[in-house]
Amino acid sequence: MSDDDDIILADLNDEDLVAQMFDDLYDGMKEEIEEGVNILIERGWEPYKVLTEALVGGMTIVGADFRDGILFVPEVLLAANAMKGGMAILKPLLAETGAPTIGKMVIGTVKGDIHDIGKNLVGMMMEGAGFEVIDLGINNAVDGYIEALEKEKADILGMSALLTTTMPYMKVVIDTLVEKGMREDYIVLVGGAPLNEEFGRAIGADAYCRDAAVAVETAKTWMARKHNRASAG
Amino acid sequence: MNGWDHLDLQCLPAIWHNHPERIVPAIEEAVAARRGAYDRIFVVYADCGTGGQLQAACETLGVQMIPGPHCYSFFTGNAAFAEACDTTAFYLTDFLARQFDAFVWRPLGLDRHPQLRDTYFGNYTTLIYLAQTDDPVLTKTAHKIAARMGLAFEHRHTGYGDLAQALATA
Repeated sequence: MSDDDDIILADLNDEDLVAQMFDDLYDGMKEEIEEGVNILIERGWEPYKVLTEALVGGMTIVGADFRDGILFVPEVLLAANAMKGGMAILKPLLAETGAPTIGKMVIGTVKGDIHDIGKNLVGMMMEGAGFEVIDLGINNAVDGYIEALEKEKADILGMSALLTTTMPYMKVVIDTLVEKGMREDYIVLVGGAPLNEEFGRAIGADAYCRDAAVAVETAKTWMARKHNRASAG
Repeated sequence: MNGWDHLDLQCLPAIWHNHPERIVPAIEEAVAARRGAYDRIFVVYADCGTGGQLQAACETLGVQMIPGPHCYSFFTGNAAFAEACDTTAFYLTDFLARQFDAFVWRPLGLDRHPQLRDTYFGNYTTLIYLAQTDDPVLTKTAHKIAARMGLAFEHRHTGYGDLAQALATA
């Protein structure tokens, strides 16, 4: 996005540094993002402000360009990896300061399935949008999902599958939530190449998300509904 | 092909496998454009990531298609593949072995960002080359691809599996 070979991040004022971090995120420059985060923290920025104004702000541009077909999966993976570098610095500080999140998501690829590119993209884009994400990794059985949802007091369950043979397992998880009387406690989002909206509806998910950008928008919409319901109640 | 002179073959772009959402509308268009000229039309795409939508479209169009989730499955034989499917395996066919860079490596950006290799393939353990033909050069190519991906290599000769029977009976 920019020719920044000669830029000394520490020499930039806050506004220019944040603008430069947007560029560095876009270009997937992990070390520069880590350096930028450290500089802002040293200048006395609250960790939550660094997260929202520098990282989330930058990833919003990445997400929009991904949605609009300007950026593609490899570039988004690199951007997300850069953000992850910044998040690794911020996470313990955010926990210390009790910073708010806009929602908490437990996410994982279902049992029997090892494919995680889409799931990782969703997780990273959700973090980039300000959600807290608990990533269970691949090959998750129903007990693992339920244990994590309860332990983490999550708002959202995200399940991913790439195989036609493994995607029916999502229904096993949702049916178990229903059996345990927990289904209404969580927003359930599903995704993966062989899925579609019809499948999402048929298994009782709240929404099928065709890509990571849609997942973020859908999660925000459902969280707003959840808050509205809570306020009305 | 097989000495058959009663059929015409209409090839469609294989790269649509990287964009499954393009397959169904293109098949609908191809069938609509040719249906007046033929007694029967047979679609030789499997589901190929369309999430059942190709099957639904073929039923609406009144044409048959080869059953199965993808070519790895119907080349192996759908029943055998379902039984022996290894989720930690990355599969190649003859076609993909020949076109690996154009269909996998470059679309994933690995020519520009080789550091993403393990992000993409880190959960796989083995590359299984499902060979339709007995071609030592292609086998060597597949073996080299496995090495580039950091995976163990396995060669399985499948021939054309269910495809041969499906075409013979279509």
